[in-house]
Amino acid sequence: MDPENQDRIKGLVDEYGADDLVVVLGAADLESLEVAAETVTLGDPAYVGPLAGVQLGLPVIHILEEDVKEQVDAGVYDEQVGLLEMTLDVEQVREAARKFPGRE
Amino acid sequence: MTGRAAVHSCSLVLAHAPDLVRHGSKPARELAADADGLLASLTKALRSYDDALGYAPHQALIGNLRPEALRDVERPWWGHQTEPRADGPFGVIVDEVELYRRMEAADSFGLFKLDGSPAVDGGLTIEQAGRIAGSMAGAHDLDESLSAPVLLENLACKVTGALALERLLRTTGFPPEDVPYVIGSGEEAVGDRYQRGGGNLAKAIAEQAGCVNASGSDVKAFCCGPVHALVVAASLVAAGVYPNVVVVAGGSLAKLGMKFAGALRHGAPVLEDVLAGFAILVGPPGDGAPELRLDAIGRHRVGSGSAQQAVLEDLVVEPLERLGRGILDVDRYATELHDPEITEPAGAGNVPSRNYRLIGALAVRRGELPRDELDGFERTHGLPGFSPTQGHVASAVPWLPHGLTALRTGEIGSTMLLAKGSLFLGRMTELADGMSILLEPGKE
Repeated sequence: MDPENQDRIKGLVDEYGADDLVVVLGAADLESLEVAAETVTLGDPAYVGPLAGVQLGLPVIHILEEDVKEQVDAGVYDEQVGLLEMTLDVEQVREAARKFPGRE
Repeated sequence: MTGRAAVHSCSLVLAHAPDLVRHGSKPARELAADADGLLASLTKALRSYDDALGYAPHQALIGNLRPEALRDVERPWWGHQTEPRADGPFGVIVDEVELYRRMEAADSFGLFKLDGSPAVDGGLTIEQAGRIAGSMAGAHDLDESLSAPVLLENLACKVTGALALERLLRTTGFPPEDVPYVIGSGEEAVGDRYQRGGGNLAKAIAEQAGCVNASGSDVKAFCCGPVHALVVAASLVAAGVYPNVVVVAGGSLAKLGMKFAGALRHGAPVLEDVLAGFAILVGPPGDGAPELRLDAIGRHRVGSGSAQQAVLEDLVVEPLERLGRGILDVDRYATELHDPEITEPAGAGNVPSRNYRLIGALAVRRGELPRDELDGFERTHGLPGFSPTQGHVASAVPWLPHGLTALRTGEIGSTMLLAKGSLFLGRMTELADGMSILLEPGKE
């Protein structure tokens, strides 16, 4: 996850606290998905961004997970995520999401 | 005035600059924060000139290899070298000694010196092969826009842009004095503190290349600047304002080593060790030159939103619909052509592949492509990534000389250049941007 985004997430946690925040990922490939999930829970694995050594422990979900999809207006979901959904192996993403830190 | 415009030629050049990698934005910041052995690890991971020459994506860039042929070169490409050639039909790869020589020659203010002495007073020491080669001085103590690091970036951009322009003029035989106008589409914001991004590096490049009768200006739009510039250039030609216009861009020194951390983590060499430049000659139709379809420009509109689908609708579907065509009617799409061996170790995935899947998915959604043929779309209508991550350069342009050849030989009947830009990085808008243009064989 690039340092800019890490900084924004860290800023949101500083402002609102970690208790009421959930990170919804939209990353398209599995490796960046895992890295992003790890970054906002255990800290930046690359040790280069503002979250290096910072364990935010935020809950992480993916926009393609069934539970998330159900909560979004179908029209909006289709417009914003429909194309991404078609290009990905959705099952593979859901499987990866089940292994996010804090899910076990 | 014909109302039409064609692309007559395009040159692409690379300058190998391993000792400037440490002055790239990311390495410079990391080295300042933690010099603890980092410089040694970084230096160890840099490539020799021969290795940079033999890197298959670079050979594709200067035209010794077709981009499609990269699919048959075993990965990692850096571990499977091809014939190391410095010259190709579309361009050249110069070494660092030549780059430095050109930088010193192109510096009208004597700030870049190859005198073997280290920098003084806020300047940057410039190394070459482990030795001090000289220094880059700032031009003003209190003006950040004229500090040594900024001027070094600007000078590198000027020189690589001029290298590309000189190459273009030499291979086409187009007299430098006949170039009336040059549009710069590089990324450097040349100026002083009162005019950050004041611009017109184009004219400095034109001067360097001996285009004594040229004027110029810069078109800036992040990574899609070159496609915007191409549309402006074609419009100026089509309107009869100028008989010819050159679109030019130099390399982005700030992006050298941008993803070096990923490379080091994966034990790969730092592949972001080259500056890239290009020059495109736009002129009247004729001589078999492929034409730019000015009636089918795609532009991402302010109100379209930033969803992937909306962006692609604007850039791909809308202009094609105006011609009564569908997505599959374009033989080859050129999107961002980032080399995946640079982006993948940094966790950014394969950028071109992702783009082609999205265009293919849009075709599926519109009922133009069967769902089970989506996987094949990238191969039939796309390209592997082979461009250094130099932002504007990676966006479609590396394909242009290959595309011109394929259009001239009749191998393809059309190609679309499409580029996107991350305007939001500048913090003035949350918007992205995008621009596309279709090329077809010349009518005469």
